[in-house]
Amino acid sequence: MPDESNVTAMSIIVTKGTLDWAYPPFILATTAAAMGLQVTMFFTFYGLTLLKKDLNLKINTLGNAAMEMPMGGGHMAMPNILAAMPGATALTTAMMKNMMKKKGVATIEELRELAIEAEVKLIACQMTMDLFEYRKEDMIDGIEVGGAATWVDAATRSGINLYI
Amino acid sequence: MADMVLDAKGLTCPLPILRAKKALRDLAPGTILEVQATDPGAPRDFDAFCRTTGNDLVAQREDGGIYYFTIRHGG
Repeated sequence: MPDESNVTAMSIIVTKGTLDWAYPPFILATTAAAMGLQVTMFFTFYGLTLLKKDLNLKINTLGNAAMEMPMGGGHMAMPNILAAMPGATALTTAMMKNMMKKKGVATIEELRELAIEAEVKLIACQMTMDLFEYRKEDMIDGIEVGGAATWVDAATRSGINLYI
Repeated sequence: MADMVLDAKGLTCPLPILRAKKALRDLAPGTILEVQATDPGAPRDFDAFCRTTGNDLVAQREDGGIYYFTIRHGG
Protein backbone atom coordinates (compact mmCIF):
# COMPACT_ATOMS: atom_id res chain seq x y z
CA MET A 1 0.00 0.00 0.00
CA PRO A 2 1.16 3.55 -0.69
CA ASP A 3 2.59 5.87 1.94
CA GLU A 4 -0.24 8.39 1.74
CA SER A 5 -2.99 5.90 2.67
CA ASN A 6 -3.32 3.41 5.47
CA VAL A 7 -6.55 1.89 4.19
CA THR A 8 -6.09 -1.84 3.88
CA ALA A 9 -9.66 -3.14 3.78
CA MET A 10 -13.02 -2.43 2.19
CA SER A 11 -16.50 -3.74 2.81
CA ILE A 12 -19.57 -3.58 0.59
CA ILE A 13 -23.17 -4.28 1.50
CA VAL A 14 -24.82 -5.67 -1.64
CA THR A 15 -28.60 -5.24 -1.68
CA LYS A 16 -29.54 -5.42 -5.35
CA GLY A 17 -29.60 -8.41 -7.67
CA THR A 18 -30.59 -7.16 -11.11
CA LEU A 19 -28.22 -7.44 -14.07
CA ASP A 20 -27.27 -3.75 -13.96
CA TRP A 21 -26.83 -3.37 -10.21
CA ALA A 22 -24.76 -6.54 -9.97
CA TYR A 23 -21.90 -4.68 -11.63
CA PRO A 24 -20.85 -1.90 -9.21
CA PRO A 25 -20.17 -4.18 -6.21
CA PHE A 26 -18.25 -6.81 -8.19
CA ILE A 27 -16.27 -4.24 -10.19
CA LEU A 28 -15.24 -2.37 -7.05
CA ALA A 29 -14.55 -5.53 -5.06
CA THR A 30 -12.31 -7.11 -7.72
CA THR A 31 -10.48 -3.85 -8.38
CA ALA A 32 -9.89 -3.12 -4.70
CA ALA A 33 -8.61 -6.67 -4.23
CA ALA A 34 -6.27 -6.18 -7.21
CA MET A 35 -5.02 -3.00 -5.54
CA GLY A 36 -4.13 -4.92 -2.42
CA LEU A 37 -7.15 -4.39 -0.18
CA GLN A 38 -8.88 -7.09 1.81
CA VAL A 39 -12.48 -7.04 0.63
CA THR A 40 -15.64 -8.28 2.33
CA MET A 41 -18.97 -8.39 0.49
CA PHE A 42 -22.13 -8.82 2.55
CA PHE A 43 -25.10 -9.95 0.43
CA THR A 44 -28.54 -9.22 1.76
CA PHE A 45 -32.10 -9.14 0.39
CA TYR A 46 -32.02 -9.15 -3.44
CA GLY A 47 -28.25 -9.12 -3.43
CA LEU A 48 -28.46 -12.78 -2.38
CA THR A 49 -29.36 -13.78 -5.94
CA LEU A 50 -25.79 -12.89 -6.93
CA LEU A 51 -24.50 -15.82 -4.86
CA LYS A 52 -26.73 -18.46 -6.46
CA LYS A 53 -25.02 -21.28 -8.34
CA ASP A 54 -27.37 -20.60 -11.20
CA LEU A 55 -27.01 -16.95 -12.10
CA ASN A 56 -29.97 -15.89 -14.16
CA LEU A 57 -29.85 -12.13 -13.80
CA LYS A 58 -32.48 -9.98 -15.41
CA ILE A 59 -33.27 -6.36 -16.01
CA ASN A 60 -36.42 -4.40 -16.77
CA THR A 61 -36.79 -0.69 -17.40
CA LEU A 62 -40.11 -0.61 -15.53
CA GLY A 63 -40.17 2.28 -13.09
CA ASN A 64 -36.63 3.25 -14.06
CA ALA A 65 -37.20 6.49 -15.93
CA ALA A 66 -33.47 7.18 -16.20
CA MET A 67 -32.75 4.03 -18.14
CA GLU A 68 -32.19 4.82 -21.79
CA MET A 69 -30.66 2.56 -24.39
CA PRO A 70 -28.49 3.82 -27.22
CA MET A 71 -30.56 3.65 -30.36
CA GLY A 72 -29.53 4.83 -33.81
CA GLY A 73 -27.16 7.52 -32.53
CA GLY A 74 -29.61 8.79 -29.90
CA HIS A 75 -31.13 7.33 -26.76
CA MET A 76 -34.51 5.84 -26.15
CA ALA A 77 -36.40 4.94 -23.01
CA MET A 78 -39.06 2.24 -22.99
CA PRO A 79 -42.50 3.47 -21.87
CA ASN A 80 -43.64 1.79 -18.65
CA ILE A 81 -46.68 0.34 -20.36
CA LEU A 82 -44.44 -1.60 -22.77
CA ALA A 83 -42.03 -2.57 -20.01
CA ALA A 84 -45.00 -4.15 -18.20
CA MET A 85 -45.90 -6.39 -21.15
CA PRO A 86 -45.16 -10.12 -21.02
CA GLY A 87 -41.71 -10.81 -22.45
CA ALA A 88 -40.42 -7.28 -21.86
CA THR A 89 -37.98 -8.45 -19.17
CA ALA A 90 -36.57 -11.18 -21.41
CA LEU A 91 -36.24 -8.74 -24.30
CA THR A 92 -34.55 -6.00 -22.27
CA THR A 93 -32.22 -8.55 -20.64
CA ALA A 94 -31.23 -9.97 -24.03
CA MET A 95 -30.60 -6.48 -25.41
CA MET A 96 -28.48 -5.50 -22.43
CA LYS A 97 -26.42 -8.72 -22.50
CA ASN A 98 -25.86 -8.33 -26.23
CA MET A 99 -24.73 -4.73 -25.82
CA MET A 100 -22.36 -5.68 -22.98
CA LYS A 101 -20.84 -8.51 -24.98
CA LYS A 102 -20.28 -6.26 -27.99
CA LYS A 103 -18.53 -3.66 -25.86
CA GLY A 104 -16.22 -6.05 -24.03
CA VAL A 105 -17.90 -5.74 -20.63
CA ALA A 106 -17.15 -8.65 -18.32
CA THR A 107 -19.98 -10.97 -17.38
CA ILE A 108 -21.05 -11.14 -13.74
CA GLU A 109 -20.08 -14.82 -13.76
CA GLU A 110 -16.55 -13.79 -14.77
CA LEU A 111 -16.29 -11.01 -12.19
CA ARG A 112 -17.62 -13.27 -9.45
CA GLU A 113 -15.05 -15.90 -10.37
CA LEU A 114 -12.31 -13.25 -10.26
CA ALA A 115 -13.56 -12.06 -6.87
CA ILE A 116 -13.32 -15.60 -5.48
CA GLU A 117 -9.87 -16.02 -7.01
CA ALA A 118 -8.77 -12.77 -5.34
CA GLU A 119 -9.99 -14.14 -1.99
CA VAL A 120 -12.77 -11.61 -1.58
CA LYS A 121 -14.79 -12.72 1.43
CA LEU A 122 -18.41 -13.42 0.45
CA ILE A 123 -20.95 -13.40 3.25
CA ALA A 124 -24.62 -14.25 2.77
CA CYS A 125 -27.07 -12.66 5.21
CA GLN A 126 -28.55 -15.39 7.39
CA MET A 127 -31.84 -13.61 8.06
CA THR A 128 -32.66 -12.98 4.39
CA MET A 129 -31.49 -16.47 3.43
CA ASP A 130 -34.12 -17.78 5.84
CA LEU A 131 -36.71 -15.18 4.80
CA PHE A 132 -36.53 -16.10 1.11
CA GLU A 133 -35.96 -19.79 1.89
CA TYR A 134 -32.59 -20.06 0.16
CA ARG A 135 -30.57 -23.08 1.18
CA LYS A 136 -26.80 -23.05 1.43
CA GLU A 137 -26.81 -25.68 -1.37
CA ASP A 138 -28.41 -23.11 -3.70
CA MET A 139 -25.38 -20.91 -3.31
CA ILE A 140 -21.85 -21.22 -4.67
CA ASP A 141 -19.21 -22.94 -2.54
CA GLY A 142 -16.88 -20.96 -0.35
CA ILE A 143 -19.34 -18.43 1.01
CA GLU A 144 -19.98 -17.77 4.68
CA VAL A 145 -23.35 -17.14 6.26
CA GLY A 146 -23.59 -14.45 8.90
CA GLY A 147 -25.62 -11.65 10.41
CA ALA A 148 -25.35 -7.91 10.92
CA ALA A 149 -22.67 -8.31 13.58
CA THR A 150 -20.49 -10.15 11.06
CA TRP A 151 -20.61 -7.14 8.75
CA VAL A 152 -20.08 -4.63 11.58
CA ASP A 153 -17.02 -6.59 12.63
CA ALA A 154 -15.62 -6.37 9.08
CA ALA A 155 -16.65 -2.71 8.78
CA THR A 156 -14.82 -1.64 11.94
CA ARG A 157 -11.62 -2.95 10.35
CA SER A 158 -12.28 -1.37 6.94
CA GLY A 159 -11.37 2.14 5.80
CA ILE A 160 -13.96 2.03 3.03
CA ASN A 161 -17.51 0.86 3.68
CA LEU A 162 -20.04 0.98 0.87
CA TYR A 163 -23.74 0.29 0.60
CA ILE A 164 -24.96 -0.60 -2.88
CA MET B 1 11.91 -4.08 -24.08
CA ALA B 2 9.13 -5.59 -22.06
CA ASP B 3 9.60 -9.01 -20.49
CA MET B 4 5.91 -9.68 -21.07
CA VAL B 5 3.19 -8.09 -23.18
CA LEU B 6 -0.44 -8.19 -22.05
CA ASP B 7 -3.10 -7.60 -24.67
CA ALA B 8 -6.12 -6.03 -22.95
CA LYS B 9 -7.46 -4.37 -26.07
CA GLY B 10 -11.24 -4.38 -26.40
CA LEU B 11 -11.76 -4.96 -22.69
CA THR B 12 -13.57 -2.46 -20.49
CA CYS B 13 -13.13 -1.53 -16.83
CA PRO B 14 -12.14 -3.31 -14.65
CA LEU B 15 -10.73 -6.11 -16.81
CA PRO B 16 -7.49 -4.42 -18.00
CA ILE B 17 -6.50 -3.75 -14.38
CA LEU B 18 -7.50 -7.23 -13.22
CA ARG B 19 -5.57 -8.88 -16.06
CA ALA B 20 -2.53 -6.70 -15.34
CA LYS B 21 -2.63 -7.65 -11.67
CA LYS B 22 -2.77 -11.31 -12.58
CA ALA B 23 0.15 -10.93 -15.00
CA LEU B 24 2.27 -9.08 -12.42
CA ARG B 25 1.70 -11.84 -9.90
CA ASP B 26 3.66 -14.24 -12.09
CA LEU B 27 6.51 -11.81 -12.81
CA ALA B 28 9.63 -11.36 -10.72
CA PRO B 29 10.25 -7.94 -9.10
CA GLY B 30 12.03 -5.57 -11.46
CA THR B 31 10.68 -7.17 -14.62
CA ILE B 32 8.81 -5.08 -17.17
CA LEU B 33 5.20 -5.63 -18.21
CA GLU B 34 3.69 -3.84 -21.18
CA VAL B 35 -0.10 -3.54 -21.18
CA GLN B 36 -1.99 -2.65 -24.33
CA ALA B 37 -5.51 -1.33 -23.84
CA THR B 38 -8.23 0.56 -25.67
CA ASP B 39 -10.36 1.54 -22.66
CA PRO B 40 -10.31 5.37 -22.61
CA GLY B 41 -10.35 5.26 -18.80
CA ALA B 42 -7.16 3.18 -18.72
CA PRO B 43 -4.58 6.03 -18.43
CA ARG B 44 -6.12 7.32 -15.21
CA ASP B 45 -6.76 3.83 -13.88
CA PHE B 46 -3.26 2.50 -14.54
CA ASP B 47 -1.76 5.57 -12.92
CA ALA B 48 -3.88 4.97 -9.80
CA PHE B 49 -3.28 1.24 -9.83
CA CYS B 50 0.49 1.57 -10.04
CA ARG B 51 0.65 4.26 -7.36
CA THR B 52 -1.46 2.21 -4.97
CA THR B 53 0.27 -1.10 -5.52
CA GLY B 54 3.87 0.15 -5.50
CA ASN B 55 4.51 -0.70 -9.13
CA ASP B 56 6.37 1.77 -11.30
CA LEU B 57 4.57 3.20 -14.33
CA VAL B 58 7.72 3.83 -16.32
CA ALA B 59 6.08 5.12 -19.48
CA GLN B 60 2.76 5.46 -21.23
CA ARG B 61 1.81 6.51 -24.72
CA GLU B 62 -1.14 6.44 -27.05
CA ASP B 63 -0.95 5.46 -30.68
CA GLY B 64 -3.95 5.06 -32.97
CA GLY B 65 -6.43 4.61 -30.13
CA ILE B 66 -4.27 2.06 -28.34
CA TYR B 67 -2.70 2.86 -24.98
CA TYR B 68 0.66 1.34 -24.10
CA PHE B 69 1.65 1.16 -20.46
CA THR B 70 5.13 0.13 -19.39
CA ILE B 71 5.08 -1.11 -15.80
CA ARG B 72 8.09 -2.17 -13.74
CA HIS B 73 7.03 -4.70 -11.16
CA GLY B 74 7.66 -3.22 -7.73
CA GLY B 75 7.60 -6.63 -6.03
